[in-house]
Amino acid sequence: MARAIVNVPARARRGQIIEIKALIGHVMETGFRRTDIGAPIPRDIIRLFVCSYNGEEIFRADFYPAVAANPLIEFTTIATESGKLEFKWTGDNLFSASESAAIAVE
Amino acid sequence: MTTRRDFLVLACGFAAGTAHASPDTMQEAIGKVTGGKPVTRGKVRLDVPPLIENGNSVVLSVSVDSPMTVAEHVKAVHLFAPENPLPNMVSVYLGPRSGRARFTTRVRVADSQTLLALAQLSDGSFWSDSVSVVVTLAACTEEVK
Repeated sequence: MARAIVNVPARARRGQIIEIKALIGHVMETGFRRTDIGAPIPRDIIRLFVCSYNGEEIFRADFYPAVAANPLIEFTTIATESGKLEFKWTGDNLFSASESAAIAVE
Repeated sequence: MTTRRDFLVLACGFAAGTAHASPDTMQEAIGKVTGGKPVTRGKVRLDVPPLIENGNSVVLSVSVDSPMTVAEHVKAVHLFAPENPLPNMVSVYLGPRSGRARFTTRVRVADSQTLLALAQLSDGSFWSDSVSVVVTLAACTEEVK
């Protein structure tokens, strides 16, 4: 299971724009490299990242081999209500990982 | 005369099979996003260091000048690198709930080139920004022992 770290402020005012950071451990093997004997190394990347806020999708990203190893993504959202932010990464070789964070909005 | 740099570029190319995307594949990748609609320069700001020491991990951020309301917001931002083996780098999808049209990530840059950020707005228009970068250590196709 890949290690994922997300950073969401624990509390926020209603309507405040909050910064979110999501990092996951993954090699992001491009599929364009070869071993020293010339054998191609198959691609193994995360292809999709989705963040949802109380079940509603607020941010999505398509990753390509150009995304560096251990993909980090930082984005913003508006704090609307208290609840849970869910993060999901899916990719090659049936890769799937998820993480969640709670937020209190007052 | 073959300089050391030429040799390295060639060696990288051989190792990769496909050294970089051709201009056609770049146009195709952009066309797939825009559907042939015109792209205007402006509104978008692509922040990336002009001199990259290590192409394997380059911090890059994009912001778009948009109020991010339901009526007027950025729907998507696409990043392209014409000299990478695959021109697409990353595509992000935003909406009025984003609050701000801005994101940061880390990418690989294969060679010195001009990176392109393309934003699709809710009114269907496309805006772009491009930045030339110089790469000293390319995120190439180094061999794996």
